[in-house]
Amino acid sequence: MDFNFSDEQNMVRDGISRLVREQYDWDTRRGIIDSDAGWSPEFWAQLAELGMLAAPFSEEDGGFGGGAVETMLIMEEFGKGLVVEPFIPSVVCAGGFLKHAGTAAQKEEYLSAIITGEKIFAFAYAEPQGRYDLANLTTTAKKDGDGYSLNGQKAVVIGAPWASHFVVTARTSGGQSDAGGLSVFIVAKEAAGVSLRDYATVDGRRASEVYFENVALGADALIGELDNGLPLIETVVDEATAAVCAEATGAMQVTHAMTLEYAKQRKQFGVPISSFQVLQHRMVDMFMEYEQSISMSYLATIKLAEDEATRKHAVSSAKVRIGQSARFVGQSAVQTHGGMGVTDETAVGSYFKRLSIIEGEFGSVDHHMRRHVALTAAS
Amino acid sequence: MNLEFTAEENAFRDEVRSFIENNYPQNVERAAVQDELSPDDMTAWHKILGEKGWSVPAWPEQYGGTGWTPTQRYIWSEENARVNAVMPLPFGVAMVGPVIYTFGNEEQKAKHLPGIKSGNVWWCQGYSEPGAGSDLASLKTTAVRDGDDYIINGQKTWTTLAQHADWGFFLCRTDPDAPKPQQGISFILVDMKTPGIEVRPIKLIDGGYEVNEVWLTDVRVPAENLIGEENKGWTYAKFLLAHERSGIAGVARSKRGVEQLKEIAGHEILDGKPLLEDMGFATKISQLEIDLAALEITELRTLAGEQAGKGPGPESSLLKVKGTEIQQRLTELTLEAVGQYGTPDFRSFPADGSNDFPIGPDYAHSAAPTYFNMRKTSIYGGSNEIQRNIITKMVLGL
Repeated sequence: MDFNFSDEQNMVRDGISRLVREQYDWDTRRGIIDSDAGWSPEFWAQLAELGMLAAPFSEEDGGFGGGAVETMLIMEEFGKGLVVEPFIPSVVCAGGFLKHAGTAAQKEEYLSAIITGEKIFAFAYAEPQGRYDLANLTTTAKKDGDGYSLNGQKAVVIGAPWASHFVVTARTSGGQSDAGGLSVFIVAKEAAGVSLRDYATVDGRRASEVYFENVALGADALIGELDNGLPLIETVVDEATAAVCAEATGAMQVTHAMTLEYAKQRKQFGVPISSFQVLQHRMVDMFMEYEQSISMSYLATIKLAEDEATRKHAVSSAKVRIGQSARFVGQSAVQTHGGMGVTDETAVGSYFKRLSIIEGEFGSVDHHMRRHVALTAAS
Repeated sequence: MNLEFTAEENAFRDEVRSFIENNYPQNVERAAVQDELSPDDMTAWHKILGEKGWSVPAWPEQYGGTGWTPTQRYIWSEENARVNAVMPLPFGVAMVGPVIYTFGNEEQKAKHLPGIKSGNVWWCQGYSEPGAGSDLASLKTTAVRDGDDYIINGQKTWTTLAQHADWGFFLCRTDPDAPKPQQGISFILVDMKTPGIEVRPIKLIDGGYEVNEVWLTDVRVPAENLIGEENKGWTYAKFLLAHERSGIAGVARSKRGVEQLKEIAGHEILDGKPLLEDMGFATKISQLEIDLAALEITELRTLAGEQAGKGPGPESSLLKVKGTEIQQRLTELTLEAVGQYGTPDFRSFPADGSNDFPIGPDYAHSAAPTYFNMRKTSIYGGSNEIQRNIITKMVLGL
């Protein structure tokens, strides 16, 4: 048993921690999310320059030989700074598909450009009717000559306004929720027939509804096996879920720390409110939720490489526990801050909002509880 | 024991239901659904009720009250909640009005009660300060007597809808040397157009502006605006806070909220079936309905006590705590029910009205902002921690 990080992993953690602290302070973030673009290409370029976009990839894929632990360390620091840039969509998701199933040509063309930051991907998988079910797809890719013709709508595609490309899940055969018949494609945003409706999200990011109308895809747009995409999609979404769990732990840590600090400074009835036992115990509970979440983030990350059942079990366990903790920590932080907690100007409100949305990202607590129950029953 | 309404009460229900159906302004209904209420929308129903004579049901009849029993008032609020009516704002009707008719002099009653009743005068509440929230008695805003006037200096905060207010009622320190902080406070009415008042809206986490900072710099107010006796303001403030809490359970509104939640859960599909039929989610809704039933009967017991002449006491703290917990739970479940479409910020949607590309169902748009906004309910009106302290002291005697 060893919960220590390697020297290389500690370097990644220290590097990203310093970068977020120095380049992504509260006012800078505010400026970024309020700007027209809603993100910072300069920050993304710095991440690329420091090798952070290469961190989770093997050396033969052009990376630094890291993996899920590196992603966890990076996302934890991003959670602390509420970084909005699309590390999960571009590096974890699109990078993940290419890493697991990309051809040498696809890696050459796309993975290397993800690592340099030249190409940015969004992951278009969810659909309006889908409710976290990865197989519930009405988007279709029909065989058309050597390639495919893509039609359908994708919902709440995070980072789509900033993306140059999409990874799109589509039905190539079978009925709407069948496990079989799914395939994964790379689609350039500039391809004819792709249109977007962009908007901001309540937690300070940008997203789009993405529409595909008779989009012509070459045979080389397919990643992985035709009609057998679901295992690959589940693998990558579990990796993304572990990453968002790590982000949550970072956000929770800062949320707890700022609550503690506020309670020590805020005086009512002539004493700091931190002297009231009812608030002390609430902050103790927040601390315990945070510690349990860290443990679950580690668990999910470590088990990603194991067999399918073990991986899914661990990831769903983590997402349930962390979703519940995110709600408790966020709500408790706002409550302890009193009126200040519900204002837009204080940071705690933004952490609360991000934690609230994380609850539902890549599956809600209920969704992962159901998956956990089903896995347990099947084992 | 009997929970049935009498024949008279049922007839009353029919009467108010048909009045609401025939008179509730449809444009306000639309604006409320779209979460776009203008100041006029917020007072429209109040003004209609003012003309009908139903805007201040709980007041004594001599001041314009309807003489309804507490049960009738309960039926009234239920019927309004059925259509999600935008009710008269509480600051005049439920807060300063009762203080004025209970502790004010005849001139003050004649001057202020008609405007509160008609809805023509908008009131705000100047209580909290940056350093005085839960510990309200530590407030620092001063009112210094100068001839026939008071000169007020200080800063109030969390002043709800002060940006539209014509008048405000303010707690000010008039005796800084009083042995206890509660003893040196006075209750003063202030015309919000008086020079020296600056209202600065505060943006909240849902992106809306409903509360304000109110800065008062050498604001000269006639001494005749003092309610009751100088330095006795704390008594009036406590009276008012008990009134504020009795309406805070929000049972009728939460019942309406549960119905809306069920409608949403009936539309959302999970594994080919409505979410409403999912055992896990349905269990959560049932739990909420059970908690709400308990709260409703508790409120009815309180009402029955009132009918027997017992004023709202510290029990109203129970209504506030449980009522707000249920209101917040409702917003959690609504956000869960709408799934991924809770994430888009509808305030950022293009304002051109084009709906070629719908962004999820309309009912999803307010789920997250409402969830965020309603965190305020366990903080305002005396935080739920403070309410538990009140029960500890006043009910349990600890």
